[in-house]
Amino acid sequence: MIKFDNVNKRYPGGHEALSGVSFHLKQGEMAFLTGHSGAGKSSLLKLIACIERASRGNVVIDGQNLTRLKNRHIPALRLKIGVVFQSHNLLYDRTVFDNVALPLIIAGYHQSEVGRRVRAALDKVGLLGKERLMPITLSGGEQQRVGIARAVVNRPPLLLADEPTGNLDPALSREIMGLFEQFNQVGVSVLIATHDHDLISRLDHRLLTLTQGKLERDGRTTELQIQK
Amino acid sequence: MKRTSVKNTDTEDRQRLSKPRGRVNAYFTHHLWVLISSLGALWRTPLATLMTAAVIGIALALPTGLHVLLQNVQQLSTGWEGTAQMSLFLKSDIPEKRIQALADKLRSWDGVAEVQYISREQALAEFREQSGFGGALDSLDENPLPAVLVLRPTAEATEPAQMEMLLGKVQKLEPVDLAQLDMEWVRRLSGIIEVGKRGVLLLGGLLALAILLVVGNTIRLTILSRSQEIIVTKLIGATNAFIRRPFLYTGFWYGLMGAVLAWLLVAILLGLLSDPVSRLSFLYSSGFSLDGLDLETVIILLGSGIALGLLGSWLAVGRHLQAIEPT
Repeated sequence: MIKFDNVNKRYPGGHEALSGVSFHLKQGEMAFLTGHSGAGKSSLLKLIACIERASRGNVVIDGQNLTRLKNRHIPALRLKIGVVFQSHNLLYDRTVFDNVALPLIIAGYHQSEVGRRVRAALDKVGLLGKERLMPITLSGGEQQRVGIARAVVNRPPLLLADEPTGNLDPALSREIMGLFEQFNQVGVSVLIATHDHDLISRLDHRLLTLTQGKLERDGRTTELQIQK
Repeated sequence: MKRTSVKNTDTEDRQRLSKPRGRVNAYFTHHLWVLISSLGALWRTPLATLMTAAVIGIALALPTGLHVLLQNVQQLSTGWEGTAQMSLFLKSDIPEKRIQALADKLRSWDGVAEVQYISREQALAEFREQSGFGGALDSLDENPLPAVLVLRPTAEATEPAQMEMLLGKVQKLEPVDLAQLDMEWVRRLSGIIEVGKRGVLLLGGLLALAILLVVGNTIRLTILSRSQEIIVTKLIGATNAFIRRPFLYTGFWYGLMGAVLAWLLVAILLGLLSDPVSRLSFLYSSGFSLDGLDLETVIILLGSGIALGLLGSWLAVGRHLQAIEPT
């Protein structure tokens, strides 16, 4: 699903955010990406969503090589990737329903199909019944769940999350991680960037650790507990 | 080049991604939804919307109003051109009999519709009645007025060149002292109207440019104020066409509202003018009354308003949307 082959990312000005990163996330696999801030987690996610382009090496998503992807094909790629942001990135002038429906409307789904899928997605994150509310009236955890519903509503094969529990208390964070695991169990590939070691050490998934732009370790989250 | 490629992706993406069921239907539903919701967004900021629409409306009303006034003047003067006539002032020593013979001869000419004879006595009586100088005339020994033949050309012969030719012909007739065309000023007026029309066209062009700038700038500000939203929708996978759509419809609404406002303004102005104009034309014992906007003008007005709104937003969107990319 995600294949990095000796990828370098150098920003204008010479700062090298990623150097020689290679890994392969198979279809249906779930992995965490960790590292100190500035280690290159965000850069790596941006390369996957084609927000940035690799300076060297190949990034292949679902069989598509992004190095050669034309700009006009980027929207189609992004529809295949559900992205959850730390800052939710909801549209605050629209209802919860309209926020979640956005990817379906972009993809050109029929009205009745939109309603059905939006309610299914909201049901999954436990927000059914709040679809007519404005996002600003919801709590932080609820807003994050709206963001997750939006990311999964058109059933993308790949789910990315950038610090999805960054602003949430431990109980809510566990709940959110549980949601991601549920999606993974139905076959969605999931990659989550986080620095919350406490949280992920209780789970058993693949763990990629970045240090200063290099992939330092490719192991399991359970190893974090042993380190302690 | 860029435009076609964007359009291609849009359809390609939709073909690749969406389920075939009701796709065309969903596409039109979406357009309709954007059309309505962009109107709704304008409705939520009524003052700002009204101000932009008013600027467009006034800019459109100016050339439209002038155009309608010119049309009216032109119509008035075409009425006069039909009554173009020629006055043949005869030498004073021509006997009555010869004048009648001359009048008969003129009536037989091609292009002459009617010849009216005004004898010296009739002319004197008429002058006495209309001028109020009756007393002064009494003190004269002799009637100073010449006999006149008033010649009206047929409708087909009112062209200036034909009138000129006829004038040359009657001038050569022996009993004619002086022949005068009574439509010189009508032709000058129509010349002035032509200049006016050209002026309205130029003014209209300039104001169209102003409308483009107003719409473009308004849409630019809307784009900037919604850049966060644009970035989010781009991240979710929206195509440029998808993001462009609401802004184009907003431009459409601005143009339409401006044009309707212009229509109202011109109608009100004409309404205010119509009373004094009728009174004036009554004083000239003419049945002239001010014509309102005709259907053709209204259609052109609405069409150009919408076109300018769309074009203005298209320019703004093309220029500013590319610059907003997620980072």
